[in-house]
Amino acid sequence: MANFTPISAAIGGALIGLAAVLLMLFNGRIAGVSGITDGLFNPRTDDRLWRAAFVVGLIAAPLAAALVGHAIPMPQMPANYGLIAVAGLLVGFGTRLGNGCTSGHGICGIARLSPRSITATMVFMIAAVIVVALMRHVIGG
Amino acid sequence: MPVLASLLCGFIFGLGLVISQMVSPTKVLAFLDFLGIPSGTWDPSLAIVMAAGLAVAGIGYAVVRRRTPIFDTQMRWPTATAIDRPLIIGAALFGIGWGLVGLCPGPAVANLATLSPGVIVFVIAMVVGMVAFDLWQPRAAAPIESALASAKAADG
Repeated sequence: MANFTPISAAIGGALIGLAAVLLMLFNGRIAGVSGITDGLFNPRTDDRLWRAAFVVGLIAAPLAAALVGHAIPMPQMPANYGLIAVAGLLVGFGTRLGNGCTSGHGICGIARLSPRSITATMVFMIAAVIVVALMRHVIGG
Repeated sequence: MPVLASLLCGFIFGLGLVISQMVSPTKVLAFLDFLGIPSGTWDPSLAIVMAAGLAVAGIGYAVVRRRTPIFDTQMRWPTATAIDRPLIIGAALFGIGWGLVGLCPGPAVANLATLSPGVIVFVIAMVVGMVAFDLWQPRAAAPIESALASAKAADG
């Protein structure tokens, strides 16, 4: 566990939880990034302004960190753009069909003790663990 | 004011992702790689992020639950309860995509700040997947009726 960073993980996680509570307290909304993002593009939504603001805040955070000298490293992405596109499509379609992602189900939903969200989180965790095992230890191994 | 509040919440959320390093696909994949447990390469940080996030959100939600939101008329708590096929299949598809690259929607959007071409491709594909679902859904018939019902009370 050479790369285990429990303290920064706890601080960062607490901030994510705090953001979820504040968004409910201020605007009465669940802080699910897939739902918020979808609503920006879904032809049936009519409340794009607060959604756009949340997304702008999300993108502004790494920029602000860079300004005070903590630039985040360039994310390591696969070289294969086809694979990236397939992954993106699956994440987009899957989070709408399943109605949430790591934030909406994994944080907000489980925090409400929602059986739906607990189930969804278990399913996407298990699916991701299996895919990583296959990619790294079977195909890549 | 609700827009400013939303901006602030997105910013705090993003700071949480940056500080916890959950913006890093490498870090996320190191958690998802359970087969790395025996060799010591497994990184449990993501579990700590979730535990801390759940502790704060759980307590915070319990405190604010019965209030009226400051900038709205009511709290929109999800009302869907059915554990149905769309939920399971959707979560499984999402998990597969997450495992392939190590990006889920929050970190993917936050990483747009890096202008990484790979992240831009991922986010465009993600939005295409979302819109494809939105366009497909209202025309589909009986089989996804439950998906439609649950979408009205989106969890997240």
